[in-house]
Amino acid sequence: MKAAVVVFPGSNREGDMARALKQATGREPTMLWHADHELPADTDLVVLPGGFSYGDYLRCGAIAGRAAIMDAVRAHAARGGLVLGVCNGFQILCESGLLPGVLMRNANLRFVCRMQHLKVERNDTAFTRHYAKGQTIEVCIAHGEGNYEADDATIERLEGDGLVAFRYCDSAGNVGGDANPNGSRNDIAGIYSDRRNVLGLMPHPENLIDPLVGGIDGRALFESLASAA
Amino acid sequence: MKARVVVTLKSGILDPQGKAIEGALKSLGVEGVASVRQGKVFDVEFAGADASAAKAQLQAACELLANTVIENYRIELP
Repeated sequence: MKAAVVVFPGSNREGDMARALKQATGREPTMLWHADHELPADTDLVVLPGGFSYGDYLRCGAIAGRAAIMDAVRAHAARGGLVLGVCNGFQILCESGLLPGVLMRNANLRFVCRMQHLKVERNDTAFTRHYAKGQTIEVCIAHGEGNYEADDATIERLEGDGLVAFRYCDSAGNVGGDANPNGSRNDIAGIYSDRRNVLGLMPHPENLIDPLVGGIDGRALFESLASAA
Repeated sequence: MKARVVVTLKSGILDPQGKAIEGALKSLGVEGVASVRQGKVFDVEFAGADASAAKAQLQAACELLANTVIENYRIELP
């Protein structure tokens, strides 16, 4: 597994992401700059980390989604290469056209920073094969704009084609209601591209890889990726 | 030449900021407010005076300025 992490001006979770990738794959990921035009040869996985790229100016992820490196990321995804976007990375994937829809301001207008349970919708993808189908995991969230929105036809397609990756739930695994932290449509926390080689999610699995910080439920995602290529 | 791009949320898209502003206006005693929607205005100044060229450039710019999943845009030229 050869991973590359793209750093934008204002990214701030790239160190956490690199640590999680190193733990699972045994090798340091290559750190790329947004102004780069190419990925290293034989890159298996490109990761867009969390943060506040370009200060969230205009719309979250809007300017980063059009950065020079994104053409290479789009080409990588078109070849079937793996792409992971977490938090601001998910917003960037939506703005770049690699995933449908948009992340809007949280419905309650608050920045939410807390532990959060998620339901793993399917475990037959490169990102989730080390989880069980329907498993409830606990990771953390930290965002002000995680309210997933798309038109009705897109939501129907995501649901019909099994492209919802994670949903917000409570500790007992009950999806939605008060467990939805941001008003996201259908309690969506993360989605796949049509071929399931691109995943965007708001929660931070990279922060739950060490018992020292209260849990390791994020590890399986990186272990899944490590065994995928 | 000065141009303006106005970006507004599509109808049906929840606007929690507009809702909060609406509530604040009502609490200030502003009467008769049915609803408030928040948008964005971009004032773009072009070096030249060719309005049709500017319009074409602004159409291209709106690929960034507006996210048409949730927003509409309007280009205003003198």
